[in-house]
Amino acid sequence: MPGTGTGKLVRRIAWQLRLVFLFAVLAVLPYLLSYSQQEIAVLLVINVLLVSSYRLLTLTGEWSLGHVVIMGVGAYASALLAKRLGVSVPVSLLLGGGIAAATAAVLSFPLFRMKGFYFLIGSFAAGEIIRLIWKRFTEPFGGPKGLKRIDAFPDIDIGFLSIDFFEPVNYYFLALVVVSASLFVLYRIERSRIGLTFHAIHWQDRLAESVGIDTFRYRTLAFVIASFFAGIAGGLYAHYVGAVNPTRFGVDQMVYVLVWAIVGGTATFHGPILGVVVLTVINEIVLRALGLDTARPLIYGAILILSVLYLPNGLESLAPRVRERVRRWRSGPAATGEGAG
Amino acid sequence: MNAPDERPILEARGLTRRFGGLVAVDNFSFSVREGAIHGLIGPNGAGKTTTFNVISGFYAPTAGQVFFRGLDISGRKTSTLAAMGLVRTFQGSTLFQEFSALDNVRVGRHLGARARFLSRLLGTDRSSEREADAKALATLAFFGLEELADEPVSNLPHGHQRMLGMAVALAAEPRVMLLDEPFTGMNPEETRRMMALVRRIRDRGVTVMLVEHDMQAVMNLCDIITVMNFGALLVEGVPEVVRNDPAVIEAYLGSATANGANDAA
Ligand SMILES: Nc1ncnc2c1ncn2[C@@H]1O[C@H](COP(=O)(O)OP(=O)(O)O)[C@@H](O)[C@H]1O
Ligand SMILES: [Mg+2]
Repeated sequence: MPGTGTGKLVRRIAWQLRLVFLFAVLAVLPYLLSYSQQEIAVLLVINVLLVSSYRLLTLTGEWSLGHVVIMGVGAYASALLAKRLGVSVPVSLLLGGGIAAATAAVLSFPLFRMKGFYFLIGSFAAGEIIRLIWKRFTEPFGGPKGLKRIDAFPDIDIGFLSIDFFEPVNYYFLALVVVSASLFVLYRIERSRIGLTFHAIHWQDRLAESVGIDTFRYRTLAFVIASFFAGIAGGLYAHYVGAVNPTRFGVDQMVYVLVWAIVGGTATFHGPILGVVVLTVINEIVLRALGLDTARPLIYGAILILSVLYLPNGLESLAPRVRERVRRWRSGPAATGEGAG
Repeated sequence: MNAPDERPILEARGLTRRFGGLVAVDNFSFSVREGAIHGLIGPNGAGKTTTFNVISGFYAPTAGQVFFRGLDISGRKTSTLAAMGLVRTFQGSTLFQEFSALDNVRVGRHLGARARFLSRLLGTDRSSEREADAKALATLAFFGLEELADEPVSNLPHGHQRMLGMAVALAAEPRVMLLDEPFTGMNPEETRRMMALVRRIRDRGVTVMLVEHDMQAVMNLCDIITVMNFGALLVEGVPEVVRNDPAVIEAYLGSATANGANDAA
């Protein structure tokens, strides 16, 4: 039986050790990077939350094209709350997530009348309407130029400890804490019965409905939770960069999220995270070194096509394959060695 | 066996469903006694599945009403009806194909395993989830499928998939179960086992309404049979009466598929 007590315990400890190792790497990482790479690392951490929250929605089988706009709703909301109403930034961040979630709750009434392709198009239209509102209304959204001089995270200064969040390293750690906590919540949701229900709706919504699952409510729930965390990602972005505008949350950004998710693979929790990390590293280190970073859309397109053709289940599906290769390679020489001996 | 109650637990009055110009269900009325095994038969295309779809809330009726335990439920949402105790199964193998057999039944326990969002997050739903898992396993065992709990559905043979479909529905603890062609594609041995299971389900206090083409099974199993043709009521009665009714024989002889059904029987 795979579920014996000691086996479970060993696997749990192995898993925890891996997590400790991961956090150790993440803790020393910024000190190995240049200043501009540190800035990229901050955005990467924020994008991890963006793409992971997107995956929660895809569990129900619906793919939205409005997720980046929803991130923008969180960004605008948190920025305006801080700028106009003087709400302190950590609080505005949470409220921004809440407003993004509320926006999703309202949008779910028209959007979840549709499924599949129609939902995709509907979510795109809804997103464009929101962007039009930002562009059209200079008050309070700042029009096409957007919002500038958004309040930064307040410095922490308690005598012996002073942290200036203008420093990318410090903001990196702040984002890391917020994003880790968010990922933990997203993971718990997926592992609970709620996650099972999302999957059930994805695979067979008629059967799910017939045993009492209100599929509309659960689709809305997935959309609202995903949007809350997208809004948090937006707030983290706004208070780091200090400026937001409608273009920043355009459809080209949405395409990047789709590429991260698809190239990484959406079947597992870590797939999309793998996707955004690998593609960002390729983009920022390899392409920049080659002076090709302006060709990003072209190269992303090529990577997407290649991965759909040759790696339909995403980068995540490589891990078991690699493990299998290593296992075979290890047992192979050992077996022949025995034979020779 | 419990004495059948006279009060109808499920009733349709003047039920009509149109698809454009086609009248799939046409001013159809019937009533199902509590504790009965009630057959709904008719040639292919008679409107049986559509009737189930309207009763179970997948389609709104074009006209007429459905009453469940005395309440007008016409046009209510499928999930609401399931919560009230009216659960249907599907023609064919409609299951969560990517899940294990046990996970299918766990989803079926949805209504019985309620918990707050926060307790799901914090994991304090563990005791109610453990209870749900135990009940899901017991439901699998009821169908003799407990050995296959961890098997992915796509690995199960057709007969087991049909049983699992019923297990998912039964896990929702219905008062009335609508079974759409439960014996289709089963061999005689599987059909016999399935018939015994349907009787046991009824003996647990669940009223059963079933659509089936296997005439021998229907005649053996059902307390009462409603025959529909072209969307409308043709005859209703106990099996002996329905079997010998000239209108029924006529309807079945008049349709090509009835020959197949009779051959199979
Ligand atoms: N969704 C639908 N749209 C159009 N016509 C339908 C639909 N569902 C069923 N029908 C038609 O209604 C009639 C009855 O079908 P159905 O209820 O499936 O019959 P049965 O289950 O008795 O074989 C058929 O002529 C069928 O083509
Ligand atoms: Mg049918």
